[in-house]
Amino acid sequence: MNRYPWWKYAILGIALVVGLLYTLPNFFGEAPAVQVSSGKATLKLDASLAGRIEQILAKAGLRSDFVQFDGNSVKARFDDLDTQGRAKDAISKALNPDPSDPSYIVALNLLPRSPHWLTAMHALPMYLGLDLRGGVHFLMQVDMKSALTKRAESLSGDARSLLRDKGLRHTGITRDGDSVEIRFRDAETTKSALNVLTDQLPDLQWVQSTDGAEIKLTGTMKPAAALRVQETAVKQNITTLHNRINELGVSEPVIQQQGPDRVVVQLPGVQDTAKAKDIIGRTATLEVRMVDDSTEALAAAAGTGPVPFGMERFVERGGSPLIVKRQVVLTGENLTDAQPGFDSQTQEPTVNLTLDAKGARVFKDVTRDNIGKRMAILLFEKGKGEVVTAPVIRSEIGGGRVQISGRMTTEQANDEALLLRAGSLAAPMEIIEERTIGPSLGAENIAKGFHSVIYGFAAIAVFMCLYYLLFGVFSTLALAFNLLLLVAVLSMLQATLTLPGIAAIALTLGMAIDSNVLINERVREELRGGASPQAAISMGYERAFATILDSNITTLIAGIALLAFGSGPVRGFAVVHCLGILTSMFSSVMFSRGLVNLWYGRQKKLKSVAIGQVWRPDGGTPAAKV
Amino acid sequence: MEFFRIRRDIPFMRHALVFNIISLVTFLAAVFFLVTRGLHFSIEFTGGTVAEVAYSQPADIDKIRSTVEALNLGDVQVQNFGSAHDVLIRVPVRADVKQAEVVGRVFTAICQAESGTVGAKQFVSDKGEAISKQVCEAGSAEPVTLQRSEVVGPQVGKELAVDGLKALAFVVIGIMIYLAFRFEWKFSVAAIVANLHDVIIILGFFAFFQWEFSLPVLAAVLAVLGYSVNESVVIFDRIREAFRKYRKMNTHEVIDHAITSTMSRTIITHGSTQMMVVSMLLFGGQTLHYFALALTIGILFGIYSSVFVAAAIAMWLGVKREDLMRSTAKETDPDDPNAGAVV
Repeated sequence: MNRYPWWKYAILGIALVVGLLYTLPNFFGEAPAVQVSSGKATLKLDASLAGRIEQILAKAGLRSDFVQFDGNSVKARFDDLDTQGRAKDAISKALNPDPSDPSYIVALNLLPRSPHWLTAMHALPMYLGLDLRGGVHFLMQVDMKSALTKRAESLSGDARSLLRDKGLRHTGITRDGDSVEIRFRDAETTKSALNVLTDQLPDLQWVQSTDGAEIKLTGTMKPAAALRVQETAVKQNITTLHNRINELGVSEPVIQQQGPDRVVVQLPGVQDTAKAKDIIGRTATLEVRMVDDSTEALAAAAGTGPVPFGMERFVERGGSPLIVKRQVVLTGENLTDAQPGFDSQTQEPTVNLTLDAKGARVFKDVTRDNIGKRMAILLFEKGKGEVVTAPVIRSEIGGGRVQISGRMTTEQANDEALLLRAGSLAAPMEIIEERTIGPSLGAENIAKGFHSVIYGFAAIAVFMCLYYLLFGVFSTLALAFNLLLLVAVLSMLQATLTLPGIAAIALTLGMAIDSNVLINERVREELRGGASPQAAISMGYERAFATILDSNITTLIAGIALLAFGSGPVRGFAVVHCLGILTSMFSSVMFSRGLVNLWYGRQKKLKSVAIGQVWRPDGGTPAAKV
Repeated sequence: MEFFRIRRDIPFMRHALVFNIISLVTFLAAVFFLVTRGLHFSIEFTGGTVAEVAYSQPADIDKIRSTVEALNLGDVQVQNFGSAHDVLIRVPVRADVKQAEVVGRVFTAICQAESGTVGAKQFVSDKGEAISKQVCEAGSAEPVTLQRSEVVGPQVGKELAVDGLKALAFVVIGIMIYLAFRFEWKFSVAAIVANLHDVIIILGFFAFFQWEFSLPVLAAVLAVLGYSVNESVVIFDRIREAFRKYRKMNTHEVIDHAITSTMSRTIITHGSTQMMVVSMLLFGGQTLHYFALALTIGILFGIYSSVFVAAAIAMWLGVKREDLMRSTAKETDPDDPNAGAVV
């Protein structure tokens, strides 16, 4: 009666193998590596860089374990520190011919040392939280009010040009907080204006009121539109932060949205808060200037003549130099949005810019006077400018809507729009939480957590084996199996492991043994009641199961509450706690039963089981060995 | 080995009143301390700044305190943390002080007090990771290093407190619904009252000793709540079983029997969990200290309350055989002539 069908053993076997495989990467430690990431917003990395770095390394005679491109950066792993150092020098020399203006950030880093076949099957070591590896953590609050104000500003500009196009006279457009106010003299104009505005500006909700002799239309942003503005603001800020943080050369930066208006930035390995804050807070600026295409300027661009007075030489993204006037036409402040799109006639990919009221006015004048000439949009970062794009002006552009088109792929249009937006943060951010953990403290925390688990486990194991003999051994094995599964699942999910997480591992193990104690006590009780050993095992497991289920569910309820409402350290605790409860159900019931069945199941005439002394109040002979 | 050699059911319920009075007294004492002393919340809840620094020499707390106080940052706390070399500096939130700069200012000040200068230092760790760091250097020595710092805005703290209360409410309601559904409302009320009384007692300890109440402690409290409800569940399971099995026993005797027969399991499991917690208490260091302490109190009182309090409350509430048999009466009614063979 205590036999498992083969498929149950198969499940246990598979769980054991998978558990071992995914736990394995945690034992390899870390190896020195070099990470190459983009040093400029205008430079986008692709897979070809990996090949280039491989060539550079081959030329320098350095052997790397592998060179791989992971979407944001190229990483190369080395055997020892010496090779790592030399590789860094070789790579930075080859990639950055001008060390004062590096295009690539080459940084020393660590990568898991696990063999490639493990990494290939996504068996990665557990992802350690900052309290275990050291680093900085920022929680930033996006100032949504200013994002909304910015949007209202651009909408009031749109309203102004709309009314002008339709020839509707108003006596003034003002922006008050997040709303737009337009005044009219007579009811008829108001009516037609209202029609146009509701039609063309679907983001606003208009309310009519009288203000003295005048009629006032007040447009407030619809909740859905306001939500969209906030969402894009957070997204844009995250993109901008990504670009900037690349510069720190951090191996696994975390930049995530938290809640509707917050961004978490975690930079493992970074200890210099001042520098990190500096980089996060830095603003890149965007400038629009006119290009000089005169013969002297062309000669200067080619490098054969001097740069004319009042001009500057810049490099266009992708290579060729340009001579640009020093005079600034517009700055990024006047640019409210940049989006990729398609031309309605030619279906070509385009980049669509939206300017605010002031920008639109200036732009109209400039384009009217400069038809056929080129203008350059420059991005300044760290005091150095680069031309993002330099389109030819085909006609006068009014209304603040600018379309850049021609010879672009959709991807290029996307990149360009991103760069133009990257100019500044969509809305200012404020650091509301900051945490720094030194690397030595992190290592200490790992050791402390590890020791807690090991010694606690050992104490329980010794006790169980003494008190329940062979059943105690089974219970201990089941507990070890639980630990294995838990570590494997954590590695698989790449959930962040923190010190409270390690505490949760310890606590979960301490609680998981409860199931086995319940079972063992039940089996003893059945034996005490006079059941045959085989029947006692079977009944013990069966009867204990309902209780185990109940108690795990109540614990799980607490775990889920922590997961739902907890943040930071509590979340780390809750994730492990919940997973641990689930794995313990499997290991302590199914795995330990599997072991018992393997050991005792085939013995038809089982006389006794080793579960420790079964004491009877009536003093009868126990069925079990002492 | 068998620790528990009990011949007869122990008449726990005869002393139910005594147990309940003990509980009530501890509970009231806990509430009293919570009200009069209040909890010593960590900066996660209150907002503020914490910096942990390590000195190469045993730290002179008074000197550090006067240095930091000279910065006029408000009510600053300076204390040893773990060893004589480690010092924890707490700075409260103040409207006129820019929070983001506090750590930098404090570190610069205590560095200058050790006649050092703060500078950025780039180095490669022995594993091969490039690290840039602000260090305090006096000649070639590093008299003080910044181990950890934490800055929490006041608004974040408030949210955490609210979320904590929400989590507690969720746990309480979740468990009550589950128990009411699984057993009967009287049990669910009894279990929750018993275990909330544990929670209050844990908090009472934290208020009395002014131990720091941090987020991990909150996690521990909630985990213990879920865990000690287990205990009640196990006993209730037994009560239900005993009601079915021993038709001649009255409610008193049934509860006594249930408690007696689960006693050995209760002590052993709690003992095992406690071993783990003791291990954390011994090896987990400062960070896990209060976490483990909260668990210890929770586990010890958990045994007491779920055994003596929960069952007693269920008894006062008037649990009857019928309450538990109703749902399953059909399957187990021995008088039913149509019932098939029962295994």
